[in-house]
Amino acid sequence: MLRDTWMKGTPHKQLRMARLLLDEQFDTPIRIDDLSRQVALSPFYLIRAFRHVYRQTPHQYLVARRIARAKDLLRDSDMSITEICAAVGFESLGSFSSLFRRDAGLSPRAYRLSSRPTATPGYIPLCALRLYGIDEESES
Amino acid sequence: MINRLSVATIWVTDQNEALRFYTEKLGFEIRADVKNGDYRWLTVGVSSQPDLEYHLEVVKPGVLFSAEEADMLTRLVQAGKISAGPWKTDDCQQTYETLLARGVEFVQPPTDRPYGIIEAIFKDNSGNTMVLAQDKPRRKS
Repeated sequence: MLRDTWMKGTPHKQLRMARLLLDEQFDTPIRIDDLSRQVALSPFYLIRAFRHVYRQTPHQYLVARRIARAKDLLRDSDMSITEICAAVGFESLGSFSSLFRRDAGLSPRAYRLSSRPTATPGYIPLCALRLYGIDEESES
Repeated sequence: MINRLSVATIWVTDQNEALRFYTEKLGFEIRADVKNGDYRWLTVGVSSQPDLEYHLEVVKPGVLFSAEEADMLTRLVQAGKISAGPWKTDDCQQTYETLLARGVEFVQPPTDRPYGIIEAIFKDNSGNTMVLAQDKPRRKS
């Protein structure tokens, strides 16, 4: 009941804007204060509403975007791991390596060695999206 | 008309651990690694077969499986009741020795079979039973 009431007031437009800003600016040192100001929500409310709708906090979403881009660069570019770390918005190689390993299961170097360059961008097949009830529009 | 299989699913208990096993132990390559929230579409493949990839799909409760179903499937995988393959090799004995040295658990060493193959059986780190097979040259009649 409380959950339903809360959902009715969810600011979907601002949340979509926040996600768009994260998509566009993931490689910059974006802060939650800046993001919340840009979408006119308090940091606390933005985090709570974002997590409610997208099942992850803005920070988790940002890290996921950065890691996803890092995977592309590890696979398809000759950039060094340090260059990739900076290019996707991480300020510390240590935290990049640690977060990457936690997400991917391999170190950036091992991931690069195991990857096959891709001819086309990776995607989740529609059958899997539907099977798991994932919103097709929200594929990231 | 349908002309080939492009993706086959291997059920695993942990995607990160499975990725380490399939890349570091078996030498597979990463083909696709895309996330949508909690969902991760992760595929690997054998370099000599670029048009077939294996989807390392984690068993967990959610839209597809109830908690009971996920638990049941996990137990079947861990017990080695689910299998994939046979994986083909040109030299079963050599591949067996290489994988054994990397820490892969074999439940049967290379064995000459009367039906034309040499086969070994190993397990992946989730528990899936995998057959490793080498075709023997056919006798000319």
